[in-house]
Amino acid sequence: MTVKALADYQFKSSDALENYQGKQLLYINWEKHRMFSRPFVVALPPETMFSVIVDKYITDCYSCHPDFARIDWSAVVWQNSNTVFTPDPGKSLKENGIGHKDLIRFTTPGLNGIADTGY
Amino acid sequence: MDMKTSKKLGLKERYTMMTRDLAWDTTYQPMDKVFPQVGYEGIKIHDWDKWEDPFRLTMDAYWKYQAEKERKLYAILDAFNQNNGHLSVTDGRYINVLKLFLGSTPPLELMAARGFSMVGRQMVGAGPRVACQMQAVDEYRHFQTQIHSISNYNKFYHGMDEFAHQQSRMWYLSDGKSFFDDAITAGPFEFMVAIGFAFEYVLTNILFVPFISGAAYNGDMAAMTVGFSAQSDEARHMTLGLECIKFMLEQDPDNLTIVQRWIDKWTWRGTRKLASVGMMMDYMLPKRIMSFKEAWEIYFEQNGAALFTDLARYGVTIPKCFAQTVEEKEHVTHQSWLGFYMKPESTPFHTWIPGPEELDWLSEKYPNTFDKYYRPMYEYLDAQEKAGNRFNNKTQPMNCQVCVNTIKYNEPGDPMEMCFRETVYHGEKFHFCSGHCQEIFAEEPEKYIQTYISSHQALQGNCAPEGGDTRAPDFNPGQHIADYWRLDPRATGDFNGSEDQKNFAAWRDQATKN
Repeated sequence: MTVKALADYQFKSSDALENYQGKQLLYINWEKHRMFSRPFVVALPPETMFSVIVDKYITDCYSCHPDFARIDWSAVVWQNSNTVFTPDPGKSLKENGIGHKDLIRFTTPGLNGIADTGY
Repeated sequence: MDMKTSKKLGLKERYTMMTRDLAWDTTYQPMDKVFPQVGYEGIKIHDWDKWEDPFRLTMDAYWKYQAEKERKLYAILDAFNQNNGHLSVTDGRYINVLKLFLGSTPPLELMAARGFSMVGRQMVGAGPRVACQMQAVDEYRHFQTQIHSISNYNKFYHGMDEFAHQQSRMWYLSDGKSFFDDAITAGPFEFMVAIGFAFEYVLTNILFVPFISGAAYNGDMAAMTVGFSAQSDEARHMTLGLECIKFMLEQDPDNLTIVQRWIDKWTWRGTRKLASVGMMMDYMLPKRIMSFKEAWEIYFEQNGAALFTDLARYGVTIPKCFAQTVEEKEHVTHQSWLGFYMKPESTPFHTWIPGPEELDWLSEKYPNTFDKYYRPMYEYLDAQEKAGNRFNNKTQPMNCQVCVNTIKYNEPGDPMEMCFRETVYHGEKFHFCSGHCQEIFAEEPEKYIQTYISSHQALQGNCAPEGGDTRAPDFNPGQHIADYWRLDPRATGDFNGSEDQKNFAAWRDQATKN
């Protein structure tokens, strides 16, 4: 469907890639750890190594959760939105097929939050 | 000599002379050029005279009633202020309800005033035109009285002075701003369904219970009086919204599908907007009235269902989101409070973990969900705070492209999973909090690609405080966001240890002890 309007109705997206000066948006969510309320967003160059996502952004945000120290990183299931994928930590976001406004979800089997509540 | 006196006009005659008799059809310009907006949404109107005016209120009577209300209201506000009424509220935490409600609502009242002015200008019939004009003045009055009400609290407590600046900028105010921006940029009939019907008619009680009754229960005579003074206008607003729905549906059978789509859309948008209002009832009022769940059952599930049963004769069906809202009533307030609690440096009001008795109250009111999903987490966060590790999620949020709430609601049927929906439009991904918001986007993608998302704007470098340079090499987008918001640091953080907490306790002691 399209918007009904009295005049030509064409506007740019507020979050088009070109608005980020060489960076792209990336959303990150730790599944079944909803204590953080919602995913978080960062703007990064597409050349950023995937390892930085884990070592810096995921660690900075989530390490205060008691489950974090118990994560078996080799067992983590990664998703780009609903599609399961295996990221290569030594490769960039771009090389891992991660584009602008992609949502990276990671599941840590066996860890289901405080008292198994999903939080 | 006999005096010749003319008979006093009856209400009906008086109404006719003061409204419909003052209207005329234009001849220098065709009517569709003078009223260009009434046709393009697809709503077909054949006879504007069929509009029923349930109140038959004329402008002269309106001014008289409203002036009387204002006199009463300001007399009570003055008495409250002169007697340090703010110290008679149940608990210092209560002030945060006012910060949230009075900080976010007046700008929306102003948008409603602008909206009804615009719609009034577009309505061809004199009946709806006059009703819209009165409602526009009402909304402007609510805007003013709410601000006057803030001003007394603002002398004593932090975080209330920059609400106008923050309205278009702060993350948690974006949902309300988006709600009204969406409505006011729609055509006149959609605006009427959005604000007049879905919000004022279907959902208004959910808004007024926590605010007016909440104020009454918690000893706040001033906010209660402001609320009651506004609520006496709402009966007229509700009637206008309902009359508009009936009028559209009676005028042409083709109007039904359009009206139904708007009812579905705006009931959902209103429901999302009310999540934070429900949170006030369950978490912020020291003396609770009822739970959000109970309010939802009475005012939406029972009264709302009765309304839609009544409208079924026009072919209207219950809003599509009905079942999902019934499921979510068990969850949204707990998820919303966490959403604010975990962000202590980013709101001009305080948050806290409910006390043990309050947690028990929540367990009792939410027997299906609170102990199972939420209580262990809140108790964990409480223990962390007492150990000196008050939870602070410093990251920036992901928001829904349509309702602009942070994406924090659960997948229907699975409270442990976050709900995600996405759509690719012209090569760009857009994310939503729910299937309902995703559907709203699909109807008018050109509109919603323009959504203002605070965290994205900061990452684009658009949120520099005054004097800041986003092109400076060391400029770090996001770092100065609190200054950009003009967020008073004294108003942020946990209630425990705040200046408001200390001041309230000290002033109350002075007022009650020697």
